[in-house]
Amino acid sequence: MTELCDRTGSDLSAMLAAGQTSATEILASTLERIADVDERTGALLTPTPQLARERAEELDVYLATGAPQSPAAGIPVAVKDVLTTNGIRTTCGSKILGSYVPPYDATAWTRLGGAGAVLVGKTNCDEFAMGSSNENSAFGPVRNPWDLERVPGGSSGGSAAAVSAGEAVWALGTDTGGSVRQPASLCGVVGLKPTYGRVSRYGLIAFASSLDNVGTFTRSVRDAASALGVIAGHDPRDATSLDVEVPDYLAGLEGGVAGLRVGVISEAFGEGVAPGVAASVRAAIDRLEALGAAVGEVSLPHAGYALSAYYLIAPSEASSNLARYDGVRYGLRAEGEHADSVEMMFATRGQGFGPEVKRRIMLGTYALSAGYYEAYYGQAQKVRTLIIRDYEAAFERSDLLVSPTSPTTAFRIGEKADDPMAMYLNDIFTIPANLAGVPAISVPCGLDEAGLPVGLQLTAPVLEEAILFRVGHALEQDLGLDMRPPLLARL
Amino acid sequence: MPVDIDIDHVARLARLDLTDEEKTRLREQLGVILEHAATVGEVAAADVPPTASAIPRANVFREDVPEPSLPADEALRNAPERGDDRFRVPRIVETGS
Repeated sequence: MTELCDRTGSDLSAMLAAGQTSATEILASTLERIADVDERTGALLTPTPQLARERAEELDVYLATGAPQSPAAGIPVAVKDVLTTNGIRTTCGSKILGSYVPPYDATAWTRLGGAGAVLVGKTNCDEFAMGSSNENSAFGPVRNPWDLERVPGGSSGGSAAAVSAGEAVWALGTDTGGSVRQPASLCGVVGLKPTYGRVSRYGLIAFASSLDNVGTFTRSVRDAASALGVIAGHDPRDATSLDVEVPDYLAGLEGGVAGLRVGVISEAFGEGVAPGVAASVRAAIDRLEALGAAVGEVSLPHAGYALSAYYLIAPSEASSNLARYDGVRYGLRAEGEHADSVEMMFATRGQGFGPEVKRRIMLGTYALSAGYYEAYYGQAQKVRTLIIRDYEAAFERSDLLVSPTSPTTAFRIGEKADDPMAMYLNDIFTIPANLAGVPAISVPCGLDEAGLPVGLQLTAPVLEEAILFRVGHALEQDLGLDMRPPLLARL
Repeated sequence: MPVDIDIDHVARLARLDLTDEEKTRLREQLGVILEHAATVGEVAAADVPPTASAIPRANVFREDVPEPSLPADEALRNAPERGDDRFRVPRIVETGS
């Protein structure tokens, strides 16, 4: 029998509406799962069981009135620890914010919570969302529910592992260069990065402001559509949020793929792509063709430069955003006597930031420094223009694009920890969408020869999330995969 | 060829205390990363305009009406050190001659 905590949100909503279960029962199942597995996955940094119980009880009173029910009502959710939660510790996976308790909620969580979602805890992540393996958290790694010796991906590794292992039914993450899609791929769940500006970033503790997005983890594409419908929309508190109406993302979900033009990104099947990944993604593309899609090859000729551009733009913006951690207003202050405030700032930042964050602050500071700005940051911004043009050309011939989400499946903890360049290559297929602001989703499409999940990435034009859901749903229905991780079979 | 960077200068700009070991490691790693990153120069021709944000929005204003703001006590709740309604810091001005 499927436990409540392993069901999809849409299943649970239907059961709630039919009076077959309650928010309290769904939560109890989820809390029991957390107690069973979280010590092994390390997905949650701050569980919030008491608040969750109170919330679920309130919700059951509300649901008993028969009032209209949001798809988020009664759904246990976990929130990445870079999104602020009023009165609940928010660390960004960093020592420098180790005891920070925000006085306000991030808008994405305000909306989800307001719609009746039940917060079960804050999830572990790479420090300040910088990483692709969750090994950069100051509070220890997250382990992949498919193989506890392997990484869950990153930076939203805790959110991905939580949804995979039944510690939450939905989770919020953030995606600056692939930090929702890559861990979703490695953990066998659905990960959505919406259009830049589609979801408010108010309360998202900034990493790289021109690239950061709030995204979702779910166990089905339908749930991804429902969750986006809840969190999307204009927010006066985020000047970059788009003032564009939010469509009903479920309306066209069953539309099928017949007649749609699917462009296979030819650059995404070259050197460095694991054979098991390429085979699984190719097989899924064949299914799309069998279902009636018109499949053809497309090229993003400048995609090969996206990684370089990203590793100049993101650290540059990060070096500026992270200047706020100065030991004055919040967060860590280095202990001891300081001759003056500046010395205190040097010491605080030296002690508070971990190796990857220091690496990126230094990289960004250098790239923006006098004499180098034009050669690095300036040139990277031109490459960004070329990548946007590549997408525009590709979308003239295709309704959406397809590629692997990540070149490999989950790798071993420690395997790439000492080689930054090897680690950065994990995001080679996800970064271009961040540079261009376009929406993309990772959908599980199979397992490799080692039995580890493979993700397929669909990318659509700006604000065309609905087509991602339509095609992702069709593929998911056709493949009919069981993506419950082996960890759960041993419970 | 790896890029040779002045680590001490960059660390001063970033206000970051680094150990000697960190400096050695960073000089080596950043040199390699920048060597790769510099490939952006290969395609970024003079006639290509830069893009700062994929979906640019400019001059976003709100109505000029007062709104409630964070009470001082809330704003100071996370302060490492406070004095009355202020953040307390080590001295910032030079003293003596």
